[in-house]
Amino acid sequence: MEEKNLICINCPLGCALTVMMQGDEIISVEGNTCKRGDAYARKELTNPTRIVTSTVRVRGSRESMVSVKTKEDIPKEKVLDCVRALKDVIADAPIRIGDIIVENVAGTSVDIVATKCVKKSDDYIQSP
Amino acid sequence: MKNYDIVIIGGGPAGLAAAVSARENGIDRIIILERDKELGGILNQCIHNGFGLHTFKEELTGPEYAARFIEQVVAHDIEYNLNTMVMDISREKIVTAMNREEGLFKIQAKAVILAMGCRERPRGALNIPGYRPAGIFSAGTAQRLVNMEGYLPGREVVILGSGDIGLIMARRMTLEGAKVKVVAELMPYSGGLKRNIVQCLDDYGIPLKLSHTVVDIKGKERVEGVTLAKVDDKGKPIPGTEKYYSCDTLLLSVGLIPENELSGGMGVELNPVTSGPRVNESLETNIEGVFACGNVLHVHDLVDFVSEEAMTAGKNAASYVQGRCEQGMILSREEICIKAESGVRYTVPETICPAYMDDKLKVRFRVGGVYKNCCVCVYFDDENVSSRKKAVVAPGEMEEIILTKAQILEHPDMKTITLKIEEA
Repeated sequence: MEEKNLICINCPLGCALTVMMQGDEIISVEGNTCKRGDAYARKELTNPTRIVTSTVRVRGSRESMVSVKTKEDIPKEKVLDCVRALKDVIADAPIRIGDIIVENVAGTSVDIVATKCVKKSDDYIQSP
Repeated sequence: MKNYDIVIIGGGPAGLAAAVSARENGIDRIIILERDKELGGILNQCIHNGFGLHTFKEELTGPEYAARFIEQVVAHDIEYNLNTMVMDISREKIVTAMNREEGLFKIQAKAVILAMGCRERPRGALNIPGYRPAGIFSAGTAQRLVNMEGYLPGREVVILGSGDIGLIMARRMTLEGAKVKVVAELMPYSGGLKRNIVQCLDDYGIPLKLSHTVVDIKGKERVEGVTLAKVDDKGKPIPGTEKYYSCDTLLLSVGLIPENELSGGMGVELNPVTSGPRVNESLETNIEGVFACGNVLHVHDLVDFVSEEAMTAGKNAASYVQGRCEQGMILSREEICIKAESGVRYTVPETICPAYMDDKLKVRFRVGGVYKNCCVCVYFDDENVSSRKKAVVAPGEMEEIILTKAQILEHPDMKTITLKIEEA
């Protein structure tokens, strides 16, 4: 039996959770003061996932970068691979929110999508 | 001189929501003045997600959250000027601004909504000894450089202050290939959200040193390293606890200050605790027809609450323009003071005039320390009218209570409402 410690992120209380695990199976969760803590510990220790946000370079706009994210959450251990895969990507303006920038990033079967609208250089009008 | 019903100073989340709300409440002549080259304010550089859970019931990134409001501003055909710096606002609500196209120009407003947001506390406010080499950035500056300009400001990083921007930047710089060695926090608790401590520091094995501060910065041209020391309960460094960290970059995430130079210049009274304007139930300052919302009023943790507050300010500014301003309708301003006591640092608003109050009024506040198993107590004069149990309250998370008009009208002679933290 293995003991794992983590902090619950659901509220400012930040309960210190102690989880007993047998291999990949969770035997018990202690230290939580509400049921959200239990659910958090189970997810975090069996299938931790994260939404990854980053930026990629842009060509053909006054903006240098466009912000992007994984369309869905990806396994936590894939986060660094995902960011590395974006290192040399260049996106061409115009870009709309939700446009796919990279398909199936780092073999996660999740796409990288733009989170900001970027116009072409000439399409930025001066303020009226 | 141009004339507008409502002039909104700042096109960030507060200004955008205030504009939309004022329009939806029937005001035609609205203009937003924004000094940056685009609307959206600081959200544009906050590329991380977690915005909008309250407003849109989904987790958006900063630019996506901003886009939702920008779309509404465009759909409502609300005017805005970009690259436009407001220089001055007079008590008579004449706004003086300038930009490249029009030079210096003046706008007469019936109502003004202050939505200028806040600024980061700079190094100069901290009294850190040592040289002034390159490589010292506020966390928000680093965030702009990385996320918008595409530059990594350093390779080996120490962060002072555990505010949310510092935590977010610890993760961001790590993902961009920098080594974040440590985050030092002067206080015995972090000012950031728990979620950010876990997902930005713990996920990447970045240590958080509470009750620590920077006591020396080494390097003449560029930062070469910093020395951290443990501090006692008065915040003074303890001799013998110094530890040296070599690094080329020091990020400061040591607090935000509402940007009230314009407000102060026009005679708006400021609260020394929030550094924001003192406001009444309508989020109106001591100058009639001048409203404030968002981080210029008090620094928020969540943009959702900024938008909500700004919607209220926009609505109240609209009813000011339609009512008091145009019809000369002035109700008596018998005011009830809201006092912050024992553990409560401040409240927004600070006064209530029941005649102007909506059926329900949200009073937002912050506490001065971490209190576990406590009660948030509300007193109408000396009478305790409510005690709400809280497992924990902390300075990093804004709290709120709701007062109802009915409840206040039941106490016609009331002078003071007091908020306190008491033991449960």
